[in-house]
Amino acid sequence: MFCSCSADYFGKEPNTHTCPVCLALPGALPYINEEAINDCIKIGLALNCTVADKSLFERKNYFYPDLPKGYQISQYRWPLTVNGWIEVVGQDGKTKKIRINRAHQEEDTGKLTHKDSNTLIDFNRSGVPLVEIVTEPDFSDTTQIVDYAKKLQQIFRYLEVSNADMERGDMRLEANISVRPVGQTTLPNYRVELKNINSFRFMMAAVEYEIKRQIAALEKGERLQQETRGWNEDKKETFLQRVKEEANDYRYFPEPDLPKLKISENQINQIKSELPELPVQKSVRFQKEFGLRLDQILVLIESSELSEFYERAVEVGRSHHIDPKIIANFIINRKINIEETAPTEIIEQILESKAGIVEDPGQIEGLAAEVISENPQIAADFKKGKETALQALIGAGMKKRKGKVSVEILKSTLENLLQKE
Amino acid sequence: MSLTKDQVKHVAKLANLPLTSEEEEKYAEQLSKILEYVEQLNSVDTKDIEPTFNVSGQENVMRKDETEASLSQEEVLSNASKAENGMFVTKGVFEPE
Ligand SMILES: [Zn+2]
Repeated sequence: MFCSCSADYFGKEPNTHTCPVCLALPGALPYINEEAINDCIKIGLALNCTVADKSLFERKNYFYPDLPKGYQISQYRWPLTVNGWIEVVGQDGKTKKIRINRAHQEEDTGKLTHKDSNTLIDFNRSGVPLVEIVTEPDFSDTTQIVDYAKKLQQIFRYLEVSNADMERGDMRLEANISVRPVGQTTLPNYRVELKNINSFRFMMAAVEYEIKRQIAALEKGERLQQETRGWNEDKKETFLQRVKEEANDYRYFPEPDLPKLKISENQINQIKSELPELPVQKSVRFQKEFGLRLDQILVLIESSELSEFYERAVEVGRSHHIDPKIIANFIINRKINIEETAPTEIIEQILESKAGIVEDPGQIEGLAAEVISENPQIAADFKKGKETALQALIGAGMKKRKGKVSVEILKSTLENLLQKE
Repeated sequence: MSLTKDQVKHVAKLANLPLTSEEEEKYAEQLSKILEYVEQLNSVDTKDIEPTFNVSGQENVMRKDETEASLSQEEVLSNASKAENGMFVTKGVFEPE
């Protein structure tokens, strides 16, 4: 972030990616990486944040061996981006808006390994750009948290600002959990921070455990305190790491070695114009352009690579009059590996599978009429509003032609005829 | 403004400095004097004046995203009082697994 060491430190020999700046040797001075700032702004914009016109770095002072300077260069009162939001889906299937307090820029710390009574330090990670995203206390169930984390990861990958690989520590989650009686609207006067948990699954297990633990403790009349807890995967329980008796006494003050950042409207617009199409926008467009269902869209936009693959296949399929919905189904149902398959191959395979299939509207209309007259009860059910009856009619038609008929055309023809009657 | 012994203890703890009781007394007195000295600045009227956080007057001083060679592990560890497996060794910090 503030030096020229490579950030590609993962899996490298310890202490081979450091310099006087990230080791905090006397006299070394920080120098801001412009691309990191732009990436942080991109993240903020993708999360509907406002970019501050003036932004300052500050020193967050604490004494710990992972921090050679004795402070971390971070942001506090003048974060780069603020006041955003993201929509997540909860347990009830409903969408909820989670407010983003800020997405700010800071530097990562060294990595500690604990061995016997000693602590070993590798400073390769020290000084690597790190963006911290803080939400408001808006989550009300763990499904929302999982959805939030997955959406963030997807956004980072679409933006190409990080691999956001949790196992490698590219992306880390810290959850603050507290519980309150039903009906209480104010926040509880404590919160437990869950830290150093390096997978979605473990984080969720820890959150669920913690909610139960806290409810049980409160029901026993215990008082809960501000503390940091970790996750023990073997015992499947959280454990106390640190009690914050010196609650957040970081003595922040503006970093005197770094001049302020002034972000112009022009620069923000420039970055905005360079943002890729994000998952939310892509989802809306896929629905409009291709008429796909939400569950299909969610699979296809999972990665920008897959969504691009799909769109290239649609492009190729267009000249063969292949419905984009058929292509979507094909890719999803056959779990196509896009690393090993070209979009043109998909179209060839679809054309092959369609060989011998009747698509002639006249023939299909005849078939549809036969099916309706042979199944008067099912046809009547459909007209009374029983949607599933249509599937039965389609099935009957497919059976008559031994599957060699276009399902899509048969379906629409049946619908037409039944509506006309 | 004078600093209490408890405040000195608190600051020392944050900085991980072990102080004896005499030192706490001594530093409380010394630090109080420093604070008093700096407090003279409060006599100046700074209403309507923006705080200065950086005296260079510059803004947006940034570098390109280009890497340069780092120090070698040997150089990095040459000042370490103790090293093991290419890492600095320090007294264990409390972080139970
Ligand atoms: Zn460095």
